[in-house]
Amino acid sequence: MVTAPVLLSVRNLTKQYGDRIVLGGIDIDVHQGETVTIIGASGSGKTTLLRCLNWLERPEHGDVHLGGENIGHAKDGRAANEGELARQRRLFGFVFQRFNLFPHLTATENVALGPRRVLGMSRGEAEARAIKQLTRVRLAEHLNKRPSQLSGGQQQRVAIARALAMEPSIILFDEPTSALDPELVQEVLDAMRGLAAEGMTMVVVTHEMRFARGVADRVVFMADGKIVEEGPPDVVFNAPRDPRLQRFLRHLEPSLT
Amino acid sequence: MFDWSVVAYAAPLLAHGVVMTLQISIVAGILGLTIGLLAGLASLSGIRVVELLVRGYVDFIRGTPLLIQIFLVFFALPVVGLRLSEYWAGVVALALNSGAYIAEVVRGSVGSVEKGQSEAALSIGMVRRQVLWWVLMPQAWRPMVPSLTNDLITLTKNSSLLSVISVYELTRAGQAIISTHFAPFEIYLLLALYYYLLIAVLTWVSRRLERSLPTW
Repeated sequence: MVTAPVLLSVRNLTKQYGDRIVLGGIDIDVHQGETVTIIGASGSGKTTLLRCLNWLERPEHGDVHLGGENIGHAKDGRAANEGELARQRRLFGFVFQRFNLFPHLTATENVALGPRRVLGMSRGEAEARAIKQLTRVRLAEHLNKRPSQLSGGQQQRVAIARALAMEPSIILFDEPTSALDPELVQEVLDAMRGLAAEGMTMVVVTHEMRFARGVADRVVFMADGKIVEEGPPDVVFNAPRDPRLQRFLRHLEPSLT
Repeated sequence: MFDWSVVAYAAPLLAHGVVMTLQISIVAGILGLTIGLLAGLASLSGIRVVELLVRGYVDFIRGTPLLIQIFLVFFALPVVGLRLSEYWAGVVALALNSGAYIAEVVRGSVGSVEKGQSEAALSIGMVRRQVLWWVLMPQAWRPMVPSLTNDLITLTKNSSLLSVISVYELTRAGQAIISTHFAPFEIYLLLALYYYLLIAVLTWVSRRLERSLPTW
């Protein structure tokens, strides 16, 4: 994995709300095809980091590079305007904790909306692409249902298909299973595992330690807005060095690790 | 005492006024909805100058009496070379007035759509205008209906103020009868009843409309 080229490169990323420093200078590289999971206690800045990567929130300082793009900046280095930012954002897929599906649209329409309105495809093309992605997450039987007619696990898979339909370079997952009933977690993790196996580059903020252990190429532990420790899952979980990580792992339910 | 014969005499005579009031309300209502929708969307456009212009318009309408606005449209516009008939001056004044309130309803309803919806739309590469049109507006219609109904009810009742610039609507028609038959109590009571029935119909239509809109 380490031999693959760096796709996402983050340098000295900082974010604060008022006086409170949420991200205190983050440096991280994610390689092509790599699955990185970010773990840490709530309030450690994991979600904010993810949201700063695709500029859903504006970081104060630092750089995010994805491929050849300096996110938030135009080619000439000035601040990106709305259109440029929108174009850069769609290089990232984003899967939200609470799905955020569009309730007025069916599963197919949810997934086709981006290809149709953002990529400018015809209705037929966009729907074909939507159906393909929904089939990929095993939802071919639910194409014409609205979100309210789907279970949480199905909704989150529609959300994954919606992200995939934009053919992003990387997908960011923000605690994708935290809002789900326990029995629905597995189907979402399976879909994500499938993507990882296909070589999708993914950054996953999660509390699912089994996923972090079993699927991730690398685990990043955050505390107080900083990356405290990172490494392959077996090293991070079996031989944690930082006392905060040791404490974090001790407090997890044994069954989850 | 209460003169039933005046009521019997006036009831059919006022029908013309009812038709006019209905017509004024519908035309001004459609204009007002259009203005309100455009102004409401403009106030969410993210373009600072446009937002400030809408803010100024809404503040002016909210901060001045409708009666003054009617006079301004009727007497002030001719000064700048725009001479409208009483009817159209009245319709325009009512439309501008309700448009400002409707703009606020539009802004409020769109703004109350959950924040995650905008974020999801942004995350698939939409720009603000697309987010507004494809994601937020479709979800804002239904919650808008009760407030819009209120604004249209207010507009219908406010149309009685057009009697001051001699638009021959329901109130003016009633006043004409009063001036020849001197039965203000009977006629105003009859006017109240007519307005009440108009509003009742409007309310009924709005409830039907609201129920017919999807809830998801």
